[in-house]
Amino acid sequence: MRRLSLRAVAIVYLLAILVGPLAIVFWRTFQDGLEPAWQALSNPDTVHAFKLTLIITAIAVPVNTVFGIVCGLAIVRRSFPGKGLLNAFIDLPLALSPVVVGLALFLLYGRDGWFGGWLDRHDIQFLFALPSMVVATIFVSLPFVAREVIPTLREIGDEQEQAAQTLGASGWQTFWRITLPSIRWAVIYGVILTTARCLGEYGAVAVVSGRLQGQTETATLRVQERYESFDLAGAYAISILLALIAILVLLAMTITRPREEPA
Amino acid sequence: MSIHVLNVSKSFGAFAALDDISLEVEGGSLTALLGPSGSGKSTLLRIIAGLETPDTGEIQISGRDATALKPQKRNVGFVFQHYAAFKHMTVRDNIAFGLKVRKRPRAEIRRRVDELLRLVQLEAFGRRYPAQLSGGQRQRMALARALAPEPQVLLLDEPFGALDARVRAELREWLRRLHDEVHVTTVFVTHDQEEAMEVADQIAVLNQGRLEQVGTPSDLYDEPATEFVMRFVGDANAVDGVLVRPHDVELLFEPADGAVEVMVERVTILGWEAKVELADGDGGPLVAKLTRERLDELELERGQIVWVLPSRERVFA
Repeated sequence: MRRLSLRAVAIVYLLAILVGPLAIVFWRTFQDGLEPAWQALSNPDTVHAFKLTLIITAIAVPVNTVFGIVCGLAIVRRSFPGKGLLNAFIDLPLALSPVVVGLALFLLYGRDGWFGGWLDRHDIQFLFALPSMVVATIFVSLPFVAREVIPTLREIGDEQEQAAQTLGASGWQTFWRITLPSIRWAVIYGVILTTARCLGEYGAVAVVSGRLQGQTETATLRVQERYESFDLAGAYAISILLALIAILVLLAMTITRPREEPA
Repeated sequence: MSIHVLNVSKSFGAFAALDDISLEVEGGSLTALLGPSGSGKSTLLRIIAGLETPDTGEIQISGRDATALKPQKRNVGFVFQHYAAFKHMTVRDNIAFGLKVRKRPRAEIRRRVDELLRLVQLEAFGRRYPAQLSGGQRQRMALARALAPEPQVLLLDEPFGALDARVRAELREWLRRLHDEVHVTTVFVTHDQEEAMEVADQIAVLNQGRLEQVGTPSDLYDEPATEFVMRFVGDANAVDGVLVRPHDVELLFEPADGAVEVMVERVTILGWEAKVELADGDGGPLVAKLTRERLDELELERGQIVWVLPSRERVFA
């Protein structure tokens, strides 16, 4: 009885919060058949927006994967001054509103910012261009790999690594042959969460990109732009595609994750 | 293949784990580092392996200074209490690891792994993962893995500590036989004096970071250098302020010079010998061990008053 009601609560909650809105978007998109949705998606600016989102994701995810693993190893396996601070700072992007991140980048790299003058003199376009959007996205998606990897590294301990060392493995060999395979599921899970976060990023990128159509407009910004232009069909279609990509990413995770990790 | 530990000290913060330890391990011998937990025995083993660095002192392996060498360069095999099995690799790949990182030819690796699987009696388990093995099998796999690169020295840190009593006894005997076959200089850490006595040629007793005594099992038992060794290796009674082994006492029906009056509390038959529990005037417990023959002669009864005469007592400064 209690189990049944618990299940009911979970299902109703999910329906109301998650599935309901998604279903409505889906319904509205294909209300008038596939044609309007296809038209909205094949608009050159929309295509460009998706390309841009994918490019940014393709840069931000590897960077944060490497950073997350290095950071995790540093925090769990080494001791150095400022370690506690680093550990706390990793979570900062989760606590900070993305809009604040965008503004901070603006202050740092804007015309009057610390690096603004230098960038100007060297004729580097940072704000309102790909570099600032990549940096903003890296910032907001930074914690996920590290947060997955750290508890796993703690759990496996360092005995296997020490054993590898006594068997003659160099630090590099130990990492590739022992450490990385031991934490691979945490890394994969972290990568998928990071990807999902990058695809969905809105606030920070909205501030630094300047939202130039066909130039610095990502898929999420495009949804907002279509919506404000009263092109609801277009907004819905882009939303659906974004949601589908996210669902595919999550499915990929569920499939690749082993049912039971051999202990 | 010998190991020399020269004046090694190591502290963790304010805790002195090792205090000026010097120890010589002969090539081809089987040495036990014996002591209670916190005595520094594991720290010493890890320093020999290069997994810890000593604060002061020197480690020589085969006569060469190895103090600054990384563990990778020391050519030691190390076996951990909790196996440290590579969980994502099969038994074969675990054993082959040390050879693969040395980039040995594939055919040679295969031959050597087959040989080791036979040696540790795991021929049928090569394709399994560590999770599919019992504790004893995992530890044998870890041993084969450590032996694969033909180390000069084999170090084992409480290797049987996580196993149940029966498997423990089996593996002990097996390690002894393995050592007779492979002859690699071996040092193992244990807190179990029986294990040390049964397996080792030489025992080094550590207590609170200091070396109490080094010697053969019979040296330690018959000629303990300190009160700690006397109490830790084998049983000991305090009779009238001196220490005596339970089988080094004589039970008398009459008072005698140097004998202490005691009351019989309990008699237990342990196969061919018997244990007599006694209490002295202050209620302090005393144990005497007698042969069955002697016990039958004495016909002891519970509550009976007898006199204990130490026949071989020891006084430590």
